[in-house]
Amino acid sequence: MSLPSISRFLPSVCGLLFSLITAPALAGGEVNLYSARKEDLIKPLLDDFSKQTGIAVNLVTGKEEALLQRLQSEGANTPADLLLTSDAGRLAAAQQAGVLQAVKSDALTARVPARYRDPEGYWYGLSVRARPILYARDRVQSAELSTYENLADPRWKGKICMRSSDSVYNQSLVAGMIAHHGEAKTEAWAKGLVANFARPPKGGDRDQIKAVAAGECDVTLANTYYLGGMVNSSDDAEKQAAAKVAVFWPDAQTTGVHVNVSGAGVTAHARHRDHAVKLLDFLTSDAAQRWYAETNNEYPVNPAIPPSATLKAWGEFKADTLNVAKLGELNPAAVRLMDRAGWK
Amino acid sequence: MRGVWARTDRWSLLVVGVALLLALPVLTVFVTALQPAGAVWRHLADTVLTDYVGNSVLLMLGVGAGALLIGVPAAWLTSLHEFPGRRWLEWALLLPMAIPAYIIAYTYTGLLDFAGPVQTLLRAGFHWTRQDYGFPEIRSLPGAVVMLALVLYPYVYLLARAAFLDQSVAVLEVSRTLGAGPWRRFYAVSLPMARPALIAGVSLVQMEALADYGTVQYFGVGTFTTGIFRVWYGMNDSTAAAQLAALLLLFVFALLVFERWSRRRARFHHAGNRQYRPARLSFAGRWGWLATVACLVPLLFGFLIPAGQLTVWAWRTAPHVVDGRFLALLANSLLLALGAALLILLLALLLGYGQRLRPRPLVRWAVRSAGLGYAAPGTVVAIGVMLPFAALDRSVDAWARQWFGVSTGLLLSGTLAALLFAYCARFLPVALHSVEAGLSRIRPSMDDAARALGSTPRGVLWRVHVPMLRGSLLTAVLLVFVDVLKELPATLILRPFNFNTLAVRAYELASDERLADSAPFALAIVLAGIGPVILLSRAIGRARPGYDAVP
Amino acid sequence: MTPFLDLTDLEIAYPPRRVIQDVSLRLECAGIGCLLGPSGCGKTTLLRAIAGFEPLQRGSIRLEGVELSRPGWTLPPERRRIGLMFQDLALFPHLTLADNVAFGLRGWKPAERRARVHELLRLVGLDDEAQRYPHQISGGQQQRVALARALAPRPRLLLLDEPFSSLDVTLREDLAREIRAILLREGIGGLLVSHDQFEAFAFADEIGVLREGRLLQWDTAYNLYHQPANRFVADFIGQGVLLPGRIEEGGRVSTELGEIDGLSPVNCAPGDAVEILVRPDDVIHDDASPLSAEVVERAFRGAEFLYTLKLPSGARLLCLAPSHHNHALGQRIGIRLDIDHRVMFRQENG
Repeated sequence: MSLPSISRFLPSVCGLLFSLITAPALAGGEVNLYSARKEDLIKPLLDDFSKQTGIAVNLVTGKEEALLQRLQSEGANTPADLLLTSDAGRLAAAQQAGVLQAVKSDALTARVPARYRDPEGYWYGLSVRARPILYARDRVQSAELSTYENLADPRWKGKICMRSSDSVYNQSLVAGMIAHHGEAKTEAWAKGLVANFARPPKGGDRDQIKAVAAGECDVTLANTYYLGGMVNSSDDAEKQAAAKVAVFWPDAQTTGVHVNVSGAGVTAHARHRDHAVKLLDFLTSDAAQRWYAETNNEYPVNPAIPPSATLKAWGEFKADTLNVAKLGELNPAAVRLMDRAGWK
Repeated sequence: MRGVWARTDRWSLLVVGVALLLALPVLTVFVTALQPAGAVWRHLADTVLTDYVGNSVLLMLGVGAGALLIGVPAAWLTSLHEFPGRRWLEWALLLPMAIPAYIIAYTYTGLLDFAGPVQTLLRAGFHWTRQDYGFPEIRSLPGAVVMLALVLYPYVYLLARAAFLDQSVAVLEVSRTLGAGPWRRFYAVSLPMARPALIAGVSLVQMEALADYGTVQYFGVGTFTTGIFRVWYGMNDSTAAAQLAALLLLFVFALLVFERWSRRRARFHHAGNRQYRPARLSFAGRWGWLATVACLVPLLFGFLIPAGQLTVWAWRTAPHVVDGRFLALLANSLLLALGAALLILLLALLLGYGQRLRPRPLVRWAVRSAGLGYAAPGTVVAIGVMLPFAALDRSVDAWARQWFGVSTGLLLSGTLAALLFAYCARFLPVALHSVEAGLSRIRPSMDDAARALGSTPRGVLWRVHVPMLRGSLLTAVLLVFVDVLKELPATLILRPFNFNTLAVRAYELASDERLADSAPFALAIVLAGIGPVILLSRAIGRARPGYDAVP
Repeated sequence: MTPFLDLTDLEIAYPPRRVIQDVSLRLECAGIGCLLGPSGCGKTTLLRAIAGFEPLQRGSIRLEGVELSRPGWTLPPERRRIGLMFQDLALFPHLTLADNVAFGLRGWKPAERRARVHELLRLVGLDDEAQRYPHQISGGQQQRVALARALAPRPRLLLLDEPFSSLDVTLREDLAREIRAILLREGIGGLLVSHDQFEAFAFADEIGVLREGRLLQWDTAYNLYHQPANRFVADFIGQGVLLPGRIEEGGRVSTELGEIDGLSPVNCAPGDAVEILVRPDDVIHDDASPLSAEVVERAFRGAEFLYTLKLPSGARLLCLAPSHHNHALGQRIGIRLDIDHRVMFRQENG
């Protein structure tokens, strides 16, 4: 290819590219969303919202920290109206960074329980995810299990599979432990837990479940929607693996099962503040809450909406009542603690 | 200093300016790193820092060695010998380049994990349980080394092959008259003469390995890159993260200096004797098939198995996950990759030629620093683009408000321009390597001849160099194209609203642990990359006129 | 006695083209030979065949009575003990001069190897440069290193493929003489490929003239010049013109310049048209001579002038005259013939 032809060609390529980014605005206006939830887990809801209200939703997905960084660096010029994350801690961090604003609506106050939202309305939880203990049906009796703390007992030596401490779910779990038991006790617990690992931490939540099913270890921790996804998978191998694993709800007598929420907050410099609140209202509405439950096996924040059939089959549980904002606050301490405990 | 600037001219200014602009993301990281950090360093030094450094060094050395072990013999066999299947192996050996590293990691984990089909079959076949057998753990440092080496060796193969084909036939023949057999010709003549190319290839591979995040993160291997994110995301300390990133970049800088140093010692100009074709040595019978098998092994493990696994998954899941948006994704990916590749080519040509015109230290160092972005993890480059662009947007906005009372908002942030800039900052070295290599083969007397015939420096570039460089330029475009096609982190962070690519889609599904669902998109990346890879291989053949001509 | 190097009926082809055909030659006991010919005549191919790089279609190559090549079988170059010096020298760019020279000395004891490298570098006058790299020395020095490297393993025969072509003329002849002296001292046979007859004369005992893949004549330099076997050799070696003539009774030949006697016999009858080779030194400038010719070109060569003369018939003649005979263009000068070695060919169209 000769270069003169490239230079003729380049402007048209760029033009084509830029034409792709200017999304057509619907008559009802638009709202811009930075979402840490994956496109698959939010887009269908947004499409429904646009259909109902005529408001177009422009979406960028990404990792929480990157989106937060983007919001911060864009400052007052940010196009984003709403920040959606899959972890309450990041919403608290965003609030501290001053990129969110408080909003109120009757619907939100009514539908979202107090511990799943910021008291002043800087952010609202949208769905709840629980991280129970999962065990091999054929090798473990549910009577042998009791609490998260109990997993540090030497009887589980070589029997626990665990995801890496890079996982925000584990960080959040340890942050919860610190909130309840203090750092010293939690560190001792983490060391005991690490001593029981069947192998160095690796892989995602599904990988831990598969390892339990295959017999590499007996017990693990995983978010329920991963197991739910495997139960309803199109892959027979995943289905069979999921069938070999059962859920145990720990800490039923004490602090309750570790939970976190995905949630959203309106940005401080939102140009479409009202639309953003409308979208928040929509995301906590019955239809949207049901969609979370059915499609991704998360627990609805709205107590009026029942969980999916898959989740129901695993029984009721007592959830940790700690305000999820605390988890974000303690997250750095949790990471350092896991470093010290040798949790890779 | 006055002396330096007194002799500066438009070319030097232009080259230094462009180079520094491209170095902006990396410079941003260093500037951020200059702020005082909290107690995190004490903590890191006490706990995980030795792991990060140790694992990063081992990964770098391991992947470099692995890429050499695969790439060099393959290049030696296919460029100087004849054996069954040589013609198609020659290009097929480049195919693993089309597979993103994190995807090969996912597929092999799916296959080789304790719960995967291979081990399950072993257990079922021999009635073993977990305690009865030892199976190498794929998700480990050695596993990461193997995965990265399998997809990165083509860089070494590519450069080694060009070097072997370019070697003076006379030198090889004279070594025969001095009693050197085939084996000795390989290690005492061919290999040392190809050393500059091999070092260049290995340093590319090592930079890629250092920048890798997806594979090491999935395998639970703590390196600099995973450390950066852990400190940033987990401990909310972006300054310490920037300092870790700066440390990584210093690492890379040392690598680059070493590469330059070792290349300087051996500036080989050989008067190529093209009169006789390098007779390919024929392997007869068993030896020929042995050579075929030796070349098939990296192809099998680096491409056929992972691509096969992806195909099996995609076959099952495509009906559920592929919808009307698929074509838009494909178009986005291809156009973005093409646009970026052409833009980067122009910049590489500018910098490479500017360096040739004005070979002075200032220019050289500026161009070197523009190449640092290659080894930085994509996310780090992206943040390095985001911060200065947003600052620029803010000051333009403030200025416009003050003087005209209007807000200009965000001009660059959140546009494709920012994304393209990030690609330039990250992938320039790939193109620059190949442009520089091509330029170094054009004797300076060519420039002088053209100048004496009345060409301006720019005229020399367009009328002499570009036509002669055709092969190198095509190589540069195609390499960058494939790289951008696979690129994930910067795309994820900098892309505008409602803009997705195949890589983003594949990643979103894979990171949601829906490997099978992500397969159709991963496979589309691989397939889109195959075409350029094949073109690339043929371009190299064509770039050597008369090579196959009978004397 | 077996000849040192013996080529018999060689044929080399890159199908469909035959590059070398029917070439036979013998080099006696470690002598020094040269293959001379215009570019494209196949001389380099012949050299490469002797080195073992080209397989034979026909014939055989023997060195000291041992067969090295025959159709279907070629002893690999690395096992022939034949040294080769390339036109572009092909020094190993990644090795020092000492290591270049030592390359062929594998299997030697370290002390002996060091001594041999030292000896050869001293021989070519580069003892002090042993640790430098090829790109750090001059072209002439590179030539010497290539020679030292080729000689180091004590080859039986050294092949040289136009090794002096990149040097200037004086350096070229000096080096050719030096190499010749070294080869003779070390008892190594030599075979040079060249298109330059003066280089060949300075270097070789015996010279072969090649044309389009055929060996036209294999002889000493003196004989090639004075007794060329055919018109091409006569034309290619030295200067001269072919003067038309006619066979008279008794074998004498009549020409424009009078009758000439004692010519080497050609198979022809009285009355046949022939051509006689007249070298510039056969034409003597003599003002007393009754024969004269017009100066149409002149070239000053320092000690002498080379005049191109036009005879009344229009035929041209070359004449070498001492440089004090300074004649202008157009002037007529007296000449006479003084032919020692009379060479005659049948006229081609006759």
